[in-house]
Amino acid sequence: MNRSIFKAPNRRTILKGAGLVAATQVAGPYVISARGETPVRIGMIDPLTGVYAAPAGNEVMGAKLAVEQMNAKGGILGRPVELLVEDSANDVGTGVQKARKLIERDQVNFIIGDVNSGIAAAIAQVTSEKKILHVVSGGHTDTITGKDCHWNVFRVCNTTRMEANSVSDLLFNKYGKKWHFITPDYAFGHTLYQACSDNLKKLGGTATGNELTPLGTTDFSAYLIKARAASPDVMILLVQGSDMINCLKQIVQFGLDKQIHIAGTQQELESLAGLPPEARIGIWMFEWYWKQAGVPYVAEFVADIRKRNNGKVPTARHWFGYTSAMTFALIANREKTLEAAKLARALGDFELPPEVKLQPNKCYYRAGDHQLMTSAFVGEAVSVGKDDPEDLFRVDTVVAGDKTSPPVSDTGCTLQWPT
Amino acid sequence: MSTAGLPKLAWLTAIWIALLLAPFWMVPLGGYTALATRVLVLGLAAMSVNFLLGFTGVLSFGHAAYFGLGAYGAGLTLKHLAPSTPLSLVLGMLLAGVAGALLGALIVRRRGVYFAMVTIAFGQVFYYIAFQWNTLTGGDDGLRGFSRQPLDFGLFQIDILSSANQFYYFVLLCFALAVGVMGFILGSPFGRSMVAIRENERRARFLGIPVERHIWIAFTLSCFFMGFAGALYALVNNFADPKGLHYSQSGDFVMMAVMGGMRNFWGPLLGAAVFVVLQDYLSSVTVNWMSFVGMLFILVVLFFPRGLLGFVRQKERA
Amino acid sequence: MTQLLLFNITNGLIIGAFYVLMALGLSLILNLSNVINFAHGGFLVIGGYLAYTLAPFIGFWGALLVAPILTAITGLVVERLLIRPLYGRDPLYSLLLTFGLAFIIEDGTRFIWGAQGKPVTIPSFLAQPLSADLFFITGYRLFMVTLVVLAVALLFVLLRYTRLGIRIRAGTLDLETVAALGVNIRLLRSINFAVGIYLAGLSGVLAAGQLGLEPTMGTGLLMPSFIAIIVGGIGSLTGTLLGGLLIGLASGMTAVFLPSASEAIMYVLMAVVLLVRPRGLLGEEGMMT
Repeated sequence: MNRSIFKAPNRRTILKGAGLVAATQVAGPYVISARGETPVRIGMIDPLTGVYAAPAGNEVMGAKLAVEQMNAKGGILGRPVELLVEDSANDVGTGVQKARKLIERDQVNFIIGDVNSGIAAAIAQVTSEKKILHVVSGGHTDTITGKDCHWNVFRVCNTTRMEANSVSDLLFNKYGKKWHFITPDYAFGHTLYQACSDNLKKLGGTATGNELTPLGTTDFSAYLIKARAASPDVMILLVQGSDMINCLKQIVQFGLDKQIHIAGTQQELESLAGLPPEARIGIWMFEWYWKQAGVPYVAEFVADIRKRNNGKVPTARHWFGYTSAMTFALIANREKTLEAAKLARALGDFELPPEVKLQPNKCYYRAGDHQLMTSAFVGEAVSVGKDDPEDLFRVDTVVAGDKTSPPVSDTGCTLQWPT
Repeated sequence: MSTAGLPKLAWLTAIWIALLLAPFWMVPLGGYTALATRVLVLGLAAMSVNFLLGFTGVLSFGHAAYFGLGAYGAGLTLKHLAPSTPLSLVLGMLLAGVAGALLGALIVRRRGVYFAMVTIAFGQVFYYIAFQWNTLTGGDDGLRGFSRQPLDFGLFQIDILSSANQFYYFVLLCFALAVGVMGFILGSPFGRSMVAIRENERRARFLGIPVERHIWIAFTLSCFFMGFAGALYALVNNFADPKGLHYSQSGDFVMMAVMGGMRNFWGPLLGAAVFVVLQDYLSSVTVNWMSFVGMLFILVVLFFPRGLLGFVRQKERA
Repeated sequence: MTQLLLFNITNGLIIGAFYVLMALGLSLILNLSNVINFAHGGFLVIGGYLAYTLAPFIGFWGALLVAPILTAITGLVVERLLIRPLYGRDPLYSLLLTFGLAFIIEDGTRFIWGAQGKPVTIPSFLAQPLSADLFFITGYRLFMVTLVVLAVALLFVLLRYTRLGIRIRAGTLDLETVAALGVNIRLLRSINFAVGIYLAGLSGVLAAGQLGLEPTMGTGLLMPSFIAIIVGGIGSLTGTLLGGLLIGLASGMTAVFLPSASEAIMYVLMAVVLLVRPRGLLGEEGMMT
């Protein structure tokens, strides 16, 4: 994974060369002859250091594959495509600074980023100010395609509402009506909890409690003690990343999984891989899964990523990065322009082709809020992969995005288009 | 202060010319105006830390807390009170300064390592509050939904929101004001007493200088400057987040001061320029930039403890 | 409610025990060498990753034995090369150096082992709760507490009854005189540092069993150690022990009434101690002024 990033210096020198050429064209009396060869640049900002380094690195890998593939097919509008990757270091100031750098200095045509929702939103402010087409690959907070939506911002990954809607019915029918929540105490967690508890109420169930855990909690025992005391039917874990790993590990060590059902919404292969086998339990939804028998082009994608990823399979994050980058190529080549406003309008209800969507259902960017209607892969964690050590999730149903997503009118998004 | 007489004037002129023309000479070198603005703001923060560290000899390692408080103060003002940039700067500065005054009173009796530890811990308290109090500060997601407002002087407007260059000059003006006041204080009798305390605290005490009170005043003043820098930082990003309060941010500021030269007034600005540009460049080129920055820390500490300007002056004297 | 409270008190003590282990190492280094080791969390991480790497070959118990020793050796190397040059100088420099070192360790572990969290398995007979009711007292946590008690006891025996220990204690009070008495203080400081790092490495192995092992896990555990030292009083190891248990307890009890404040309470405790008794609970007056 880290090796792939070291290709970046080569792109950097190309950039410097291109920059020098551009500078001389401005300063000197040279005729603009090489303009057709100026590369189209995609800027990608992700937290490559810090707690989200693993998913961020995977997103970048996916995007790099996409850029390679598009260049093999002639690039964008006949021009080669360059991917410029910047580390936001999980810090908003840095993310914003890199966004400005990519836009002002490097003159990128498109921006992808960030895994961290807060940084994604801050970057969105910069991109909408500068009128640059921006795809949010992995930031989940609903407001990005909700009340803080912008005409130039699109999002690939699910909203928290979509995630909650995909599993609620199943969990209610299968496990029972008394739910206890373990919620990470930040915007993502709060909206996810809100979505889940709204669904629970509609179904006629009750929330026996909601434990708000600070991000980075290492010891969940206090919260688990409370959860256990409330005697719920199922414990809903909304925590993510290392919090998810710590929580699940402790639940299993405490033997709570034998007393209460364990489930949640979003789960990632990165987390399951980081857990010891006995802790790989529960019903979850994945945003994309690598083992999809009979779905075209998936096997090729998996093989391509394996080549770059030390033989390991792609995760949803790889797919997010891949799709984000591919979106630019597809829409620009179809519309034969690089103009952000035109492309943004064209992306409304734009459907991804099979070789990009890599899922059985129809997958498209909804015009009203720019949210990708991507499917939810609902299933159960598997402690030891049967045929493949990385097959740690058994997919039971794949629910289409427009079924899990609330209508545009409920998202609070009203797009303001530039005049 | 640093070098004496005519060379000093020449140095000052050179520095100010470089700063004034930054947007023009930076771009051909691969820089961008927003980078220069960031250097100014962080440089001011480093100089504020150095106000305590280099000139009073007091090691405050949790100073980023006041930087962050200034940022949140400015952000909250713009978001909830009034869309006025000057007001946000003033209130951000006040928030940090008052907090500094209160906390300073608690810890002035401590020295050395203990003082450092306590400042770190207190700094983390603020970080923690910003992190947890989501309803006010936005928690981990940070404070959003505000932006710097164009300055309206009735007859004309300075659009610091969309023009990178105009914003840079606005920040430069603020920087100049702050630095001017700082220089004035350091040149005053009070400033002299600070240096005296740094050189030999016991002797200063025997001379009748109320050491604790002066340290407290110096601490408070540096927190005001820090808050001002923090408020500017919020304007740079149109964002405030808990990271700005974390001790790692404090560490960065101290490193900038040390790297540039603690005993020199302009040292921290140089240190900030080198640090920010290096980090900006390195993080674009390699994902392992943290190792390089860490190695830089170690190298500076082991081989260049007097910083760049200290090193240069040593050469001068030799 | 009382049962909940009791649960959380016991839980708090278990958590506190872990903080004690971390804080003691930090305190040892601070007292003798006047060095604030910002890289302490990094050594914890190294200990955890070494255990992860060694476990497939020598099992969990082998890793528990060997990984802290290897970490301590790393600590020795670091002390000799990087920290020794800084002893005469302002504590600022060691602070900055260990700060940079922490960066390198985090990046280095990410580079070597990847950013992806690593699964660490503990022996299955330990990964069981004592009973369905006392589910949060697992065999592993009990084992951890026992180990901490053992380590602390050994440490105190070392400091009290061995020559090395006496020299270390004397050194924290007056290093010059100890040197004048003919003791090799360079060696003394090195060994002291190594012991402190050993404790960090041990904490890392224990932590890996309970938490997800990833490069950034050290930073979150550093701050409670600081607070434990401040609350207990700088210069006193017993104070650090007490401080660690206290903050663990406070954290556990607060979790009953106001879970979101269970971390904040540590800082509040520290602030209260600083206001009411600035030298800490068992700190010695004039120790660090």
